[in-house]
Amino acid sequence: MPPPLLELKNISKTYPGARALRGVDFDLRPGEVHALLGENGAGKSTLIKIITGIEPADAGGVFRVDGETLSDPSPRLMQGRGIAAVYQNPTLFDELSVMENLCIGEDGALVSWRRRRAMARERLARVGATLDLDRPVRHLRMAEKQTIEIARALGQRARVLILDEPTASLAQAEADRLLDLVEKLRAGGTGILYISHRLEEVLRIADRFTVLRDGGLVGTHGRNDVDRTRLLQLMAGRDFAELFPKEAVPIGEVVVETRRLSCAASGVRDISLTIRRGEILGLAGLVGSGRTEFARTLFGLTPASSGEIRIDGNPVAIRSVGDAVAHRLAYVPEDRKAHGVIEDLAVGENITLATLRRLGGSWLDAAAEETLAAGLARRLGIKTPSLFVPTRTLSGGNQQKVALARWLATEPRVLILDEPTQGIDVGAKAEIHRLMGELARQGFAILLISSELAELLALADRIAVMRGGRLAGILPGGEATRERVLHLALEDTVA
Amino acid sequence: MKPARRECALLGAILLLSLLPLFGVPGFYRAGNLRNLAIDNLPLLVAATGMTVVIVVAEIDISIGSLFVVCGALAGLAAKASWPMPVVVLATVGAGAALGAVNGLLVTVARVPSIIATLATMTILRNAIIRATGGAWIQDLPPGFQWFGLPQDAAQPIYIGVALAIFLAGVGVLRSTAAGRSFYAVGCDHEAARRIGLNPSRVVLAAFVVMGALTAAAALLNFTRYPTIETNAGLGFELQVIAAVVVGGTAITGGRGSLLGTLLGVVLLGMIGTVFTFLHVDPAWGKAIQGTIILAAVVGDTALGRKARHG
Repeated sequence: MPPPLLELKNISKTYPGARALRGVDFDLRPGEVHALLGENGAGKSTLIKIITGIEPADAGGVFRVDGETLSDPSPRLMQGRGIAAVYQNPTLFDELSVMENLCIGEDGALVSWRRRRAMARERLARVGATLDLDRPVRHLRMAEKQTIEIARALGQRARVLILDEPTASLAQAEADRLLDLVEKLRAGGTGILYISHRLEEVLRIADRFTVLRDGGLVGTHGRNDVDRTRLLQLMAGRDFAELFPKEAVPIGEVVVETRRLSCAASGVRDISLTIRRGEILGLAGLVGSGRTEFARTLFGLTPASSGEIRIDGNPVAIRSVGDAVAHRLAYVPEDRKAHGVIEDLAVGENITLATLRRLGGSWLDAAAEETLAAGLARRLGIKTPSLFVPTRTLSGGNQQKVALARWLATEPRVLILDEPTQGIDVGAKAEIHRLMGELARQGFAILLISSELAELLALADRIAVMRGGRLAGILPGGEATRERVLHLALEDTVA
Repeated sequence: MKPARRECALLGAILLLSLLPLFGVPGFYRAGNLRNLAIDNLPLLVAATGMTVVIVVAEIDISIGSLFVVCGALAGLAAKASWPMPVVVLATVGAGAALGAVNGLLVTVARVPSIIATLATMTILRNAIIRATGGAWIQDLPPGFQWFGLPQDAAQPIYIGVALAIFLAGVGVLRSTAAGRSFYAVGCDHEAARRIGLNPSRVVLAAFVVMGALTAAAALLNFTRYPTIETNAGLGFELQVIAAVVVGGTAITGGRGSLLGTLLGVVLLGMIGTVFTFLHVDPAWGKAIQGTIILAAVVGDTALGRKARHG
């Protein structure tokens, strides 16, 4: 038997503050389609980055290509070894032409545009696409960009082809054509690592299945060992991390309600839901399912194109963040470093940032500002030497509390928390969970967006699941299980 | 590589501008005047060739006005020290490349945004030249310095030829070498460039080195025309160069631009001043109209870009 194309043993990857992979084994043989499955954050992307040489693995693992151990992988080296990857979000050169994007990086020192044109034409023909070769790719649609990536990867005579959610942005006909192509390549001896959330698709095409969960290997199974239900079980797992479940508090009247809320620009369609006083409504869904987009629409960042928002039963217009704040909504965004806090500002300044207008007329009242900041810091238990140190010096969990404090300062009634525990350690996570329960008890209506199912299951009174910009269903807390949420979140579920 | 709309628009503007002197301005179309016009703008063309590369990689270099005069002064001092002229040329271009590399290292290694890094080197170089010369002009240059010792009429066509050769070499490199295309790739997206195996830092550094070397070449083409070197020359040169490149259609956001456009930008901005002088228009108006053209070019770009994205 020929050696496997790829052989990874005991691969780990640690990022500052987070363990992305823990001792994972994986191998890929010539002429097979090997599916890699797992929830958001299970470690799939990290594994791909290691295989393509973009990120080095931690020391201690073994990484062999064609039976040869590699010690210092780089993107160029891996490409030279015939490893090509196609990503869900195409990494193309937007300003450059279709032709150049198909051929770049494969010329000698001199570029022959005639040769490039012929090569580009042949590569597009191989995937059955026709595109204007001279058009800059920034004018193309997502599916067309995806096609270019695949055509480029195939053109490089890749022996290992990594497809990361290749069909996520494709229409059914385009997706079918891609799957035919994958089967043709397999017959030709290419090894294909296939990542997709569309389980039907994976079951149709894959020979083996490797499931990751929380950065660890769950197992590798042959085609005959698994079916849809089994895969869902493997992905979901049963063990729950240490969490602070929400204590039972009386659920009050409906505070905010959306009726067929849509935002054409961001793809949010027909979302109807309610959030009550004292309730935590969980919002689940895969990355790209429209959770954050819905929150942004509710908060006036990308105003709704149709539908209705009601506060206390009265229809209101939320066309801007100003409107949202006036109706006492607050949104603590995802990606704390980019949008949540301004790291160079002092802790106190960060806390009062959203409230500056209320703190005085044209001139700021420093004393009032400090009183407000100090009060909130105490209330949330923010651990900081003083209110005057730059926020970047705080731990991730405390930075998250600063972001939260900023919005509590606006005295909201509705709190939208987008991935509030992303990238913070276990202790801080529990602290944030406890805080959320406390806020619910105080009567806030909370919308909690999280990619971590365990967190939603422990904290949410109900879980709304989104898929493709729509609401796939709402599960009452008592009836929600990992399997049922995943079931709703996955594309090919029969309603 | 289709001829872009931008090039056609520029050509139209140039033709329109060249019609103006036909109305009652004798002398504009005399061969001597056209030759002077060309000679005057050679440094601009050569520096703009380098600036196109820098802007294509999505960086900027505002130190070149200072670098320009520093290179001129170095060439003059070397000539006064009786270095042979070929050595003077090599040394000047080498010094320009080295100072360009300093900018490049500040941007790639020290991670200083290029506008700040080159603002700093602009100030430092400008002060250095004032300190070193006390503001005095460099005089008593050897006879072999001005026009390289050639008669002016013989030298001028050679200068034009050299500048065009540099420009055409630039066209060839940017269009038809892997190295040239890597400037575009890096200017589009560092991450995507990394994935095809390029080293973005190295490519950015190379762009600044090219810029430095071509600024030195521009300085040689400029300062060897005169018997003395004015040490306050080159003020605002960087703005003229950047304006020509941007008017020529190179996107300030990187990844897109052509040297043909830059050439037309140089011709357009180079002509305006002279045409207005011939028409006896107040020079201040000339500047105002130059400014308007730059604004129109940039606003046109953003408007078109927005339409293309959403249309």
